[in-house]
Amino acid sequence: MIAQSQSQEELRDLYRELILDHARSPRHFGKLDGATHSAEGINPLCGDKLKIYFSIDADGRISDAKFEGSGCAISVASASLLTDTVIGLKTEAALDFFSAVVSRLSGRMEDGERPLSKVDLGKLIALEGVKEFPSRVKCATLAWHALNSAIRNESETVSTE
Amino acid sequence: MTMSEQISKVTELATSLSGVAKCRQDFPCLAQTISDHPLVYLDSAASSQQPLAVIEKVVDYHSHDHANVHRGVHTLSHRATEAYEGARDLVQTFINAGSRSEVVYTSGTTESINLVAQSFCRPKLAPGDKILITHLEHHSNIVPWQLVCEQTGAELLVAPINEAGEVDIDNLFRQLESGVKMLAIAHVSNALGTIMPLREIIEKAHSLEVPVLVDGAQAVPHISVDVQELDCDFYAFSGHKMFGPTGIGILFGRETLLDAMPPYQGGGDMILEVRFDGTTYNDLPYKFEAGTPNISGAIGLGAAVSYLQTVGMHAISAHEHELLQYMTGQLDQVDGLRLIGTAADKASVQSFLLDDIHPHDLGTILDHQGVAIRTGHHCAMPVMDFYGVPGTARASLALYNNQDDVDRLVAALTTAKEIFR
Ligand SMILES: Cc1ncc(COP(=O)(O)O)c(C=O)c1O
Repeated sequence: MIAQSQSQEELRDLYRELILDHARSPRHFGKLDGATHSAEGINPLCGDKLKIYFSIDADGRISDAKFEGSGCAISVASASLLTDTVIGLKTEAALDFFSAVVSRLSGRMEDGERPLSKVDLGKLIALEGVKEFPSRVKCATLAWHALNSAIRNESETVSTE
Repeated sequence: MTMSEQISKVTELATSLSGVAKCRQDFPCLAQTISDHPLVYLDSAASSQQPLAVIEKVVDYHSHDHANVHRGVHTLSHRATEAYEGARDLVQTFINAGSRSEVVYTSGTTESINLVAQSFCRPKLAPGDKILITHLEHHSNIVPWQLVCEQTGAELLVAPINEAGEVDIDNLFRQLESGVKMLAIAHVSNALGTIMPLREIIEKAHSLEVPVLVDGAQAVPHISVDVQELDCDFYAFSGHKMFGPTGIGILFGRETLLDAMPPYQGGGDMILEVRFDGTTYNDLPYKFEAGTPNISGAIGLGAAVSYLQTVGMHAISAHEHELLQYMTGQLDQVDGLRLIGTAADKASVQSFLLDDIHPHDLGTILDHQGVAIRTGHHCAMPVMDFYGVPGTARASLALYNNQDDVDRLVAALTTAKEIFR
């Protein structure tokens, strides 16, 4: 039963306590009144649909962030962790997190992204379990792509497809 | 029936059941491990696996007989044509079409339905005309009708379903009576497994002179289909859901209707004579088969039909019926599991939700234990809206599944519950 325990371990690594906690009780959940930036993220494969809001003040600091929508445990936990992480950061620092998370989870750098900085992922490391589950990387990065597009003021909706 | 007749009937059924169970070894793809667990494949409603007989037939064709069809005088072209047309004869017998002219090759159910919407319906439709479908249709039996409605100003009506996932027949009849130009309806629902009482529905539609298209994608691999007995006007299905290759499917159409329809696409093979001042179309079914077709796909489909006939559709239905009952019973005993789709008459499919676990998470946890199911909206978003869920988990059965598969599914669900405890 070695196989049994190994695959169970990988599953437990994916659904760590912290992930399940954020999936069950997402932080900063809801609509943000007076948001200056927002973007929607859609993952058509599993029907995840998240909208993420930011209040960014004049000197480029994220003073508040919230998200709403529905999705799997991974995408909701990731969005929740995202809001926890970026509130109080300058937008450049938030984008550094975006690059670091995406490259760390997908194991590659995307075109045009900043080189991997020495960002300390902190509790975002909990998302790392998805590396063993290629089809779930999109769930974990969905909110981050939405953050990228909201801050850069690009299209309103990003899709993982 | 006397006692001895009864006993012999029971033994006959038992032998045929064990016969079906043995089919599993005919499917090479099933003999593998996923994440170190033997594969349990419960996603045949999305696409079924192919038996060796189909795989070998296609390899054999590619290795020895490939050439274009209907075009060459040389030997290979002759062989390819024979095999391609031979497969059409097999399909004709399989669904009991009145003539081989009524069996049109398409790329699949989706193309078959689009063909009927564009070639049969579109020329007849005027603003205000109505087309009727049901609430449980697959997107491919919704969107082609929406398109033709947009193009013509016609209106799309929808017959509702009840909580069990059965179509409200009274409502459907009332809407038919209100005057519709076409009824398009699934034989078996892919999201819910509901079997539609088609005989009754088609009889009613015909009494009102409404032509009927049946989406048979989920019926053909599971229940014996006789298009003459059903008396439908069109019947659409796909090779890849009935143990054949992808990219090939069938449109059965009543000959008089097909004859009167304009071609769907233009090109080679669908013509008799081409002149710049006018072109003569080919006879049925070739009028609807423009361009070089999916020759190997058709041949593979023919092999799949032969395979199904050898196993026997009645034996398959009996095996699956018993297994579906077992599966539904086992799932129902899982604490926190909600069955979606509980119609009285069902085939092959059971959708469900477990606690508040998102179906996508469930899919991952099961896959990691070697159990392949489908999760999501199953291309039936209106059905998901009806139940107020973003998606479901769906286990679907085919002739090669057995009770062990169901037990593995249930065990994997227990693990999911532990992880999400
Ligand atoms: C009921 C039903 N109709 C139509 C289709 C579409 O079939 P295809 O994608 O092979 O054209 C499917 C396949 O998912 C189906 O289940």
